[in-house]
Amino acid sequence: MVQLNKTPSDVQAPMVRFEKVNKYFGDLHVLRDLELDVAHGERVSIIGPSGSGKTTLLRILMTLEELNSGYIYVEGEPLWHMERDGELVKANEKHLRRMRSKIGMVFQLFNLFPHMSVLRNVTEAPIHVLGMSKEEAMERALELLDLVGLSDKVDSHPYQLSGGQKQRVAIARALAMEPKVMLFDEVTGALDPELVGEVLAVLRKIAYDTHCTMLVVTHEMGFARDISDRVLFFDSGRILESGPPEKIFTNPDNPRTNEFLRRVLEH
Amino acid sequence: MQGVDWQFAIEILPKLLEALLVTIKATFIAFGIAAVLGLLLALARRSPSRWLSWPSSAIVEFFRSTPLLVQLYFLYYVLPKYGFKLPAFVVGMIGLGFYYASYTSEVYRAGIEALPRGQWEAARALNLSSLHTWRAIILPQAIPPMIPSLGNYLIGMFKETPMLAAITVVEVFQQAKIITSDTFRALEPYTWVGILFFLLSYPSSLLVQRLEVHFGSVK
Repeated sequence: MVQLNKTPSDVQAPMVRFEKVNKYFGDLHVLRDLELDVAHGERVSIIGPSGSGKTTLLRILMTLEELNSGYIYVEGEPLWHMERDGELVKANEKHLRRMRSKIGMVFQLFNLFPHMSVLRNVTEAPIHVLGMSKEEAMERALELLDLVGLSDKVDSHPYQLSGGQKQRVAIARALAMEPKVMLFDEVTGALDPELVGEVLAVLRKIAYDTHCTMLVVTHEMGFARDISDRVLFFDSGRILESGPPEKIFTNPDNPRTNEFLRRVLEH
Repeated sequence: MQGVDWQFAIEILPKLLEALLVTIKATFIAFGIAAVLGLLLALARRSPSRWLSWPSSAIVEFFRSTPLLVQLYFLYYVLPKYGFKLPAFVVGMIGLGFYYASYTSEVYRAGIEALPRGQWEAARALNLSSLHTWRAIILPQAIPPMIPSLGNYLIGMFKETPMLAAITVVEVFQQAKIITSDTFRALEPYTWVGILFFLLSYPSSLLVQRLEVHFGSVK
């Protein structure tokens, strides 16, 4: 039976908990009985070969993809389920929206709104979802755009920006919703090599200057090593190895981790 | 062979122009119905609720698969037998509007589906409501590329308004028929009708071509 947690803001509860989570795409078993706890403020990097389920994990947590079985808890409260008559049933949209407000995501392909200015990309959701006044949202947006180094692009449209700039706007846009957990899905994966640095620099700043819990799917091993409290090595829908970056990157226990790192670091 | 009676041709022009106004009015009203109804049908077809998606699919397929003329006859001559009597012009607007709505709904559908999935996902990750997602994110991006296709349907609809003559609406073609039966002269009235349609259609299609360059196009 499922243990219901009645106190959502219980400090004992981890920020995020995956409990026996399974996900299939047709016959493909993408996540296998996944168990994972992420502490408040913890920064976790997820590495592993493509197709191993890393991105799916983030997408399920962002409620972009439904899980097939298992439970996810955010601050002790079930994400995809809600309590009715003492039982956990599938969550309705209202519950999902409330839970979603704790989570933010930055995508590999930025997904900026192309018909809106940079400023409006960042203010749209705070105004219409958080109910901020225009002035307040604008003030916040300008601060965040300053944080990501784009104060001079406020009135530009996405098509006028480089990939690195677009991704920095997307980061500001996600931060503007003040999520407790930030998900970064291969955010440098679509960038030209010379633009990767500026985005990683912004992420480093966020990692060091905020208390935001971060889940980062990345192929940038140096970056993962620098910012993570913990690194997960993912393979075939399972966490094969988990540990502090010093350990994973220098002396992993699992031979597959070793092999993967050798292959990635070689090129 | 009968030659052109120029004086007669000039005499009948005001009457034809008056009826042309009816044609234009009918075109725009019916197009307004088609534009709004088509959007609603497209949205309903995408709905996860079967109570919405199934009837709207059925409506679209029905109107696309039966001739407009038959629909107009049915609405105008059959329904009154069951107590639904409406003026010819209103029936015409409903008929043309629904018929074209079934086509515009496909334009909307294609335009909406052409948007990258990432736009929906970003909206969801930002926790925007679905109403706000449609209004502020999806439709403002999806509609501009549809404008040329919708414009083509507007022109197509304009050229189909003579069908309304079948249910006694006095638009320009019906007016020409009336003149012909009164005067036994067919050359001038029907020539005028052709010229008038051409004068309005051709520049409009040039305009649509320019819009296509400006907005790009779906399909």
